[in-house]
Amino acid sequence: MYVISAIFSLTLLGLFLGFLLAIAGKYLKVESSPIVDELESLLPGSQCGQCGFPGCRPAAEALAEGKAPATICPPGGSALANQIAALLGLDLDLSEVKEPELLVARVSEATCTGCTRCFKVCPTDAIIGAPKQIHVVVADACIACKKCVDVCPTECLQMHPIEVTLRSWRWAKPVLPETGNALC
Amino acid sequence: MITHLKPASGAHVGAKSSVSFIMWQVMLALLPATVFGIWCFGWPALNLFVITVSSAVLFEVICIRMAGRVAKPVIMDGSAMLTGWLLAMTLPPWSPWWIGVVGSGLAIILGKQVYGGLGQNLFNPAMLARVALLISFPIEMTTWSNVSPLFFSQSPGITESWHITFMGLDNIDAVTGATTLGYIKTEFSQNHLLADILKDYSGLLNFIGWTRGSLGETSTLLLALGGAWLIRRGIIQWYIPISLLLTVTMFASVFHMVDNQHYISPMIHLNSGAMMCVAFFIATDYVTSPNTPTGQIVFGAGCGLLIFVIRTWGSYPEGAGFAVLLMNAATPLIDHYIRPRIYGRDRKGRPLEIPKP
Amino acid sequence: MLSFFKKPLIRGGVHAEEHKAATATQAIVYNFPLPKKLYIPLQQHVGKPAEPLIRVGDKVLKGQLLAYSQGVISAPVHAPSSGIILDVNDYPAPHPSALPIRMIVLETDGKDKWITTEVPIDPFLLEPEDISLRVGAAGIVGLGGATFPTAVKLNMGRDNHVDTLIINGSECEPYLSCDDRLMQERAEEIIDGVRLMLHGMRSEKAVVAIEDNKPQAYLAMHTAALPYPTIQVIQIPTRYPMGWDRQLIRYVTGKEVPVGCRSSEIGVTIHNVGTAYAVHKAIRHGQPLLSRVITVAGGAVKRPMNIEVPLGTLISELFNFCEVNTETTARIVMGGPMMGESLPHSGLPTVKATSGILALTASELKNTEEQPCIRCAACVSVCPAGLRPLDMANNIRVNQLDAAVDIGLKDCISCGCCSYICPSNIPLVQYFKYASGEVMARQQAQHKAEQNKRLMDARNARMERIAQQQREEEQARLAAKAERERLKAAEQEVVA
Repeated sequence: MYVISAIFSLTLLGLFLGFLLAIAGKYLKVESSPIVDELESLLPGSQCGQCGFPGCRPAAEALAEGKAPATICPPGGSALANQIAALLGLDLDLSEVKEPELLVARVSEATCTGCTRCFKVCPTDAIIGAPKQIHVVVADACIACKKCVDVCPTECLQMHPIEVTLRSWRWAKPVLPETGNALC
Repeated sequence: MITHLKPASGAHVGAKSSVSFIMWQVMLALLPATVFGIWCFGWPALNLFVITVSSAVLFEVICIRMAGRVAKPVIMDGSAMLTGWLLAMTLPPWSPWWIGVVGSGLAIILGKQVYGGLGQNLFNPAMLARVALLISFPIEMTTWSNVSPLFFSQSPGITESWHITFMGLDNIDAVTGATTLGYIKTEFSQNHLLADILKDYSGLLNFIGWTRGSLGETSTLLLALGGAWLIRRGIIQWYIPISLLLTVTMFASVFHMVDNQHYISPMIHLNSGAMMCVAFFIATDYVTSPNTPTGQIVFGAGCGLLIFVIRTWGSYPEGAGFAVLLMNAATPLIDHYIRPRIYGRDRKGRPLEIPKP
Repeated sequence: MLSFFKKPLIRGGVHAEEHKAATATQAIVYNFPLPKKLYIPLQQHVGKPAEPLIRVGDKVLKGQLLAYSQGVISAPVHAPSSGIILDVNDYPAPHPSALPIRMIVLETDGKDKWITTEVPIDPFLLEPEDISLRVGAAGIVGLGGATFPTAVKLNMGRDNHVDTLIINGSECEPYLSCDDRLMQERAEEIIDGVRLMLHGMRSEKAVVAIEDNKPQAYLAMHTAALPYPTIQVIQIPTRYPMGWDRQLIRYVTGKEVPVGCRSSEIGVTIHNVGTAYAVHKAIRHGQPLLSRVITVAGGAVKRPMNIEVPLGTLISELFNFCEVNTETTARIVMGGPMMGESLPHSGLPTVKATSGILALTASELKNTEEQPCIRCAACVSVCPAGLRPLDMANNIRVNQLDAAVDIGLKDCISCGCCSYICPSNIPLVQYFKYASGEVMARQQAQHKAEQNKRLMDARNARMERIAQQQREEEQARLAAKAERERLKAAEQEVVA
């Protein structure tokens, strides 16, 4: 008898609470924000294709559908991965993220012919120059998309790693001591 | 020219302290009470102590090895030994060997290593094991032997002690009895008044430790001295012990004054059970207590209040273990809400306002 | 228990082994042989680097301006001795990374010939603004290690009507005793510098605070200050980091500087005793900041001493003079052992901020064998800023930098108390330095990304505009062509 009443009352309770949840789900529904747009606005927008998608919009769509990890964008590094994870509410293991190797394009003055091809393709207008004059890359505006390298006829535009200066030098994260292997 | 030195951050010099130094200091402070306890309860107590401590170390080695790490440096920090030591102090002195082994296993494996080892555990390992043992094996954990010091003719000899430890007690009723708190609780349940119950009670003997009780918990005097020494050495702070003892004293005094036949006096509270051991050695465990002075005072007061409540109205005569575990669970909460004020900010973390001239 | 109810004046802190006696008991050495070459960095201060106005090959005299200050927060650099400019180029900086920064290399000619200087007869007749100008022109920066340009601080003090000038003579770092010796030997000059600063800020009251482990310095300063009722010399408890400006301000005035404010906003300005001495030399003798007293100490130093050296002297030369054992030197530290920076080698120059150079042996260094945190909370109790270093380090270890920032990472002053006290030898300060750097790098990266996005949008818009223009031109051309053809056809029709 007790058993039956227990089963009965618990079932009733379950049904009632489930019903409440269903109502709440219907009436308190939050309109989902256009997450893809938000994601796309976070991504660099240089359409570099390093993520394997044809551009930033498709990458954002993949992120929104959960088909791509938050760490999808190599140029964005851990900073961007953090933002994406925060937006999507994902847990993020940053130890997996490889910081992008910071590169910057540089013009070799000896071989530049002033052909102007590079600055026509630069997506951020980071290359300054005029016809028949040596061009210069503004390092701060360079996003390392390598488009200029592809069009340069004399290969005078090359990617160089950004040098660490006194201003950009940072303390390294302390390494935990080796716990060793079981040889004791 | 000196070259190629790795960049290192300050401070380049350090205080002469280490984890193992702290652990050894605590063990040193425990030593007088332990030696006295072992002397009081004879060879079986020594057997239990050795078994508990060594099995604690053994379990630690097994866990560390299973994690694929080198065990020696971890053992050398002394934390497993201290855990085993503290656990042994809280066990009935003539408990069978497996109580010590199971207790150590619970403390080291369930109480410490599953959380990730030293510094990660939420609950005090020794208390966790003590409470788990008490609930699982109530008879063994409440069989209190009479005081029977080493080298006395009535006390068990070495061979006899092996029998007690490994085969169990034969004549239980003859050599065991109740602790002060247990006796009072039983008598209360038969509606006796305190004046009758405490006819034979000697405060002095309890203070010295000449009474039935856990292996190392009986001597109020030696434990308090050890604790005071630790405070003096700066190993522990006074906040937790003092607030714990004060809280118990306060509540006990109030109730005792209102009804001195049904509520035991603060002196008996402080003088019996695990009070001193818990106040100075268990509740002050770094890992499981809050890390600000104010938080520690709250923690100590909470422990004291819970001990008083469980002793007075609970079904167990002694509630120190439960009290500490409950407050351990509250430690993260205390640490979350009681934080030091950051310089130049108010308690909520907003910058201070510039005072108007 | 009382401290529980009263706001404590000193919070946290440690009492480290002092190691000061070896240098504090002997007089400052002034006969350091003039180095053949001096390496003078263009940035020895907080703010913008100075801009050189000499060229390679120029002959310069001692005290001559080599590089002028750029912008509001900057300081000029002068020639510490006479000689020829060998080079203006990048050389390794006195920094843990030893990465290059711009320096002027001066080859000394040994004559040490001064440039002619102009000195006011009575500096107290000068306008306060003029004092600031002269202090600024002399290249004086905070010599306690902060290296904030002193003139800017004087100006801020004047603008904010600061009522109390605190002179920091605490010298709380172990090993260092250069300020102690300076106070013992140059008390009157320092007090004169304090008076000049008071005049420069239009302030009425100065408090010289000296830790009570320097009784002789206190006595000397007290005696020197007796004739001046506006200057009060007090003793303060010996407890690191008593010399942290905000700790000292709280102890002396009872006021707390709000986060994000400068101390002058609550009516207090704080300067180092060495700075006061430099101000005295600049105003009374017209000498810019060319040299400073440096403590050379540590277990590997055979002749530890306080020594006056020209700025730009290589540490290796200093070590030769003090007979440092290169074999036993395990770490070179610039500054004190608590907050000082380790240097990768000794081929680096001393700068205005160099209060000490330590050659520490392995036995003096803190054990680096890291053990798990046992939550002993010693770091919480010693933190003068009221932080919880253990929680911050735990967050940083698992890369939750935002959480660390939330609980006060940015309020950390890297004083080193937590690292010093930690029984588990956790390099807490390095965790915080790493995290602060990382947070800043991320902010910069984000800023750069936003900037680049703006550039890209601008470019896309421009391209779109150009394309639109071309389309319109094309249409216009086509329309014109059609019009022309229509007219032509009409003409032909008319002709026909």
